[in-house]
Formats: sequence, structure tokens, C-alpha cells
Amino acid sequence: MSVPVIQLDDFRKTYITGEVEVKAVRGVTLSIQPGEFVAIMGASGSGKSTMMNTLGCLDRPTSGRFLLDGVNVGELDRDELADLRNRKIGFVFQGFNLLARTSAAENVELPMLYSRPPIPSSEQRERAMASLSLVGLAERSDHTPSQLSGGQQQRVAIARGLVNQPKLLLADEPTGNLDSRTSIEIMGIFQKLNEQGITIVMVTHELDIARYCRRVVVMRDGLVRSDEAVKDRFLAGEELAKLDAEQKAVQLT
Amino acid sequence: MFAVLRIALRALRRNILRSFLTMLGIIVGIASVIVGVSMGTGAKADVDKRIASMGQNLLVVMSGNMSRGGARGGFGSTPNISPGDYDALRREVAGVVGASPEVRANAQIAAGNQNTFVQVSGVSADYADVRSWEFKSGGNFSDADVRNANKVCLIGATTAKTLFGENIDPVGQIVRVKNAPISIVGWLSPKGVNSFGQDQDDIVLMPYTSVMKRLSGDTMFRSLNIQVEGPNVISDVQTNIYELLRQRHKIQPGRDDDFMVRNQQEMSDFFNANNRVMTILIGFFAGISLVVGGIGIMNIMLVSVTERTREIGIRLAVGARGRDVLLQFLTEAVLLSAAGGALGIGTGYWLAPLLTKYFEFPTLISNSSVIMAFTVSAIIGIVFGFFPALKAARLDPIDALRFE
Repeated sequence: MSVPVIQLDDFRKTYITGEVEVKAVRGVTLSIQPGEFVAIMGASGSGKSTMMNTLGCLDRPTSGRFLLDGVNVGELDRDELADLRNRKIGFVFQGFNLLARTSAAENVELPMLYSRPPIPSSEQRERAMASLSLVGLAERSDHTPSQLSGGQQQRVAIARGLVNQPKLLLADEPTGNLDSRTSIEIMGIFQKLNEQGITIVMVTHELDIARYCRRVVVMRDGLVRSDEAVKDRFLAGEELAKLDAEQKAVQLT
Repeated sequence: MFAVLRIALRALRRNILRSFLTMLGIIVGIASVIVGVSMGTGAKADVDKRIASMGQNLLVVMSGNMSRGGARGGFGSTPNISPGDYDALRREVAGVVGASPEVRANAQIAAGNQNTFVQVSGVSADYADVRSWEFKSGGNFSDADVRNANKVCLIGATTAKTLFGENIDPVGQIVRVKNAPISIVGWLSPKGVNSFGQDQDDIVLMPYTSVMKRLSGDTMFRSLNIQVEGPNVISDVQTNIYELLRQRHKIQPGRDDDFMVRNQQEMSDFFNANNRVMTILIGFFAGISLVVGGIGIMNIMLVSVTERTREIGIRLAVGARGRDVLLQFLTEAVLLSAAGGALGIGTGYWLAPLLTKYFEFPTLISNSSVIMAFTVSAIIGIVFGFFPALKAARLDPIDALRFE
């Protein structure tokens, strides 16, 4: 069996703010294999943001063990965490988090600026363009975020997340700022990428968005409450067709 | 490195007005350093030029001591070099090629219906040579004129102009000094204004014997001008004069001299001491304005770090190390201050000649001051940019990404 992309063993995270101790995550054991497409669900305060920050190597566990692609994250210092994020993780955020007044291509190149050893700038541009083609935005490479729609911005962000060929694409409420049609389109892109073998973990609170994934982990009060495969999985292609039909019907009546 | 520079340039271009206003502090500071130092160097060059124009291989013996009895009388305040000292010096000190005492009297002199108040210097026949005076017309008076205290004089260009009008050869004319008719034998070529703003050409030179006898009534000299053979004997001659005069003035070993002997280098050092004080003073104030400019840069960089917290968060999230972020903001700060420095140097180059033109203040911009100014401005960027850059580098990626 191959190395799990994510291996959490009794993961706990406690925040201390002043006098108060907040136990955000209270013992999670979880394993995610390569090629999985997992939704982590939960209401606010359930600990899913903490999960997200930890899985993204932005934060270290208070106790327990977190292996990312076999690397023990808890033992790494700040710089090593940065390098790990650079090599193994692609981020997609709710608010897109693109650099303003910077072209799509340059936004996609951003992670490669910090790659070690350095990547020659011609190769950076090549890989950025390839990544943009993957999300269908190659012809918009010179547009700045303000010249792109929300869906297009999120596609640029996905392209940025993919450009260093990460082990894990980590998405935090990727459809939170998008309308329903664009949300389905973005989920379609994720499904397509997942079919190509990319591991995706997504945090969401929307049930119907979670149904595009293959596996759903539900969290409450810092613990995993359920962890099961998705039944009646949505496929973006079909859902878009349904949506088209509905919209047509509204116009017909 | 190139990418870092490009990102920094873009960030600065985005707020072009703000970048410029931030640079202004550095521009003003560096421009004042350049101009201030150029004033110092210019004044020094000017003093050196004037002192060189006094003549070559010159020594000046001045009576009186600068700090006699704790009070500064100033040199020449009490004439105490006797004609005997002068004769002995000429006779006994080797290496002296020319010597002249200088006694001064101020007198009203008249020619025709014009008159002027002028400084009359009593000198020997060597004086014109020693002080490099040249003649526009006529010639020097002779040793015999000196011996006999004859009523002859040499007239400076300004004085001649006042009394006789422009470009009229005064040689052969008579001027009246205290009702004594004095004939002009030589018309001196102009030397210009000296470093104290004094017109060197408003002068009448007469045999010192004549001045002492007819005008001042002095029996002692204020100073002696001595020309020596060459630069390599200057210090020997200086020592010999010291010994001779101490002996003649009966000064006990260990007691202070009641005269002093200065060579041109020492005179230049003496006058340049004032210039150096001025340069240091200007440099000090320019330095303060540079610090203020640096604080301006720090302030703006702090604002910039806060404004771009989210950008920093994104960069950290995709794998930038703290050091990468530090370098990025440091580069911006250094770029700001170095560009300010360059503009300041340009401003200095523009201002310094204006100062010379409108205030007749000599200025000279030296390469070393330009290099120093530029280096200082870059260092200011590093020093004042470091704290904001460190603040950026230490941001927590999670907090930075959440920042609104």
C-alpha cells in the first residue's frame, strides 16, 4: 500500500488566549490515501478551520502526530514548514487570495518564486501556462484579477495551487463566494482533477457541495462524528445540464 | 534576485506619489550633504588658491603671540620685530632669497581733486617679488629708495582707478599723503579679492622706511615676509628663524615665543579650520535630516506592511520563507532610499552652482562626497527598512490570511 497523503493520529489542538484554554480539536485520527476527494464538514466552532490550518502545514499540532506524505510535520521549524507547503500543498481559498494588479500568469507563478532549487523564469512561465490550460484559462493569462469573474479568479487560484504538482490540493470553502452555477463549474474542475489522480481535501459547510466529493468527514466539537463514502454522488456535468433545463423552464412558463 | 527587484519596483510604482514623498526626506538630506560638503571643499580650495597666490615658498614672521598671558592678542597686535632683527635675519639665515618687513598705516591720499582712504604698506624692495606682485606699468622702487626713505610708491589697481579713473596709467603722477607729495613709480596688476572678502588691490606700497618715518611713526615691524629657496628648505629656515629670534629677543628656554613663523601650509590649515567647523556643522544638520528621512521611510514601510498583510499571508502560504519576505521589504526600503539618494545627489549638483552664482560662495562637489552620500542613503534604507521588514517576515500566515 502506498504512503497515505494524510495520516493523523490522535491529533489535538489547544489554543490559549489569555486565561482561557480552547480545545479546538480533541483527538482526531484520520487517514487519507492518494487519489481521494474528501470533504470535511462542520458548523463553525466544530474545529474544521483548525483541521484546515494543520493539514495546510500553516500550524502544528499541540499533541498527536501528523504525517503529510510520510513527513512528520510536528517536528519541522518555520522554514521547513514553508518549504513543505511549497512542494506538497496547493491552496485554494474562499476569497481566492490572488495578488491584485498582478496578471493571472504571474499569480500562478507565485509558488515557483519560492521553490528551492530556483526554477528558471522561462520554465516558470511554461508551467504557469500549462496549469492555466488545465483550468481552461490559458487565453486569459495576462488578465489581472479585477478583469476576471469570481469563477475565473477561483480557477486562477486552482491553477496556482496545482503549479508545483503538489501531493495535496487543499480547498477552504472554495465555492463560498460563488453563485450556484459557478460553484458547480468549480466542482467540475475539482472532479476532473481528481480523476487525473490528484488528491483533494475540501472544507465546506454546504451539504450539496460536499456531495461532489467521494468521502465526507463530519466534525463537531473538535471530534470526527462521521466518516463515510458519498452515496448519490453529484457529477458536475449532469448537474449543470439539470440547471440549464430548470432555467429554461423558468423562462418558458 | 532579479525577481525580488521587479516585485519591489512594482510595489513602489503602485504608490508613486507616496514613494516620492517618502523619498523627499532622503532627497533633502542627501542634497544638503552634497551642498554642505561642496561648500567646505570649495572654501578650502579657495583658501588654498589665495594662499598660493601670495607667492611661492613663503614664510611669514608675525610679532606677538596668540596666547600671551592667557589673552589672545592676535598676531601683529604688538609690533616687536625690530629692524635689527630683520637685518640679522637677512644676514644670518641661509636659504632666504627675499625678505620684506610690513608696516601698515591707514591714510587719506589725494590726487588732483580725488581722494581715498587706503591702507599704506611699508615694505622692502623684495616685497613685490616675494608676494608675486606684477607690474602693469612702471616698476619697483629700489633698495636705495628704501635706504633713503624716498617719497615713492607703488599703487594697486583699485586705488589707481579711484584716484585717476579706469585704465589711466598713473605712473609718474603725484599723490599727496599727509600733504607730502609721493611719486608713483609702479602700477600693480590686480590680484582680486582675498578669502576674507578684502580687496587686495586697494593698496599703496611704499618703502617701509618712508612709512615709518612719515606716516606711522612705528619703530618696530608687525610682520616679515620671507621667501626661501625652495620647498625642501622651508622647515630648516623656519627653525633657524625661530632660534635666531628667540636668541635676539632673549627668550629663556621653556618660555613662550613672542612671535611666530608660519609657512603657507600652516596658514592654509589655520584658515581652513573655520571651514572645517562649518562643514561639520552643515554635515551635522544634514545628518539630522537624513535620520528624519529614514524615519519617514520606516513609517511608510510599516504602513505598507500593514496594508499588504494579506499579500504577505498569501506568499507565506505558498511557501515563502520569512527570509524571502524580509528580503522583499528590505529591497523596497533600500530602493526607496537609494533612489532618494540619487535624486538628492542630482539636486545637490543643481543647487551648488546656484549658490556660487547668486551668493558668490565657492563650491566644489567631490567624487568622494557623492559616493559617500549614495552609500549612506543605501545604508539608511537597510537600517530603517529592517524593522518593518522583520515585522512582515514574522507574521503568522494564518493571521495574515485572515487579515481584512
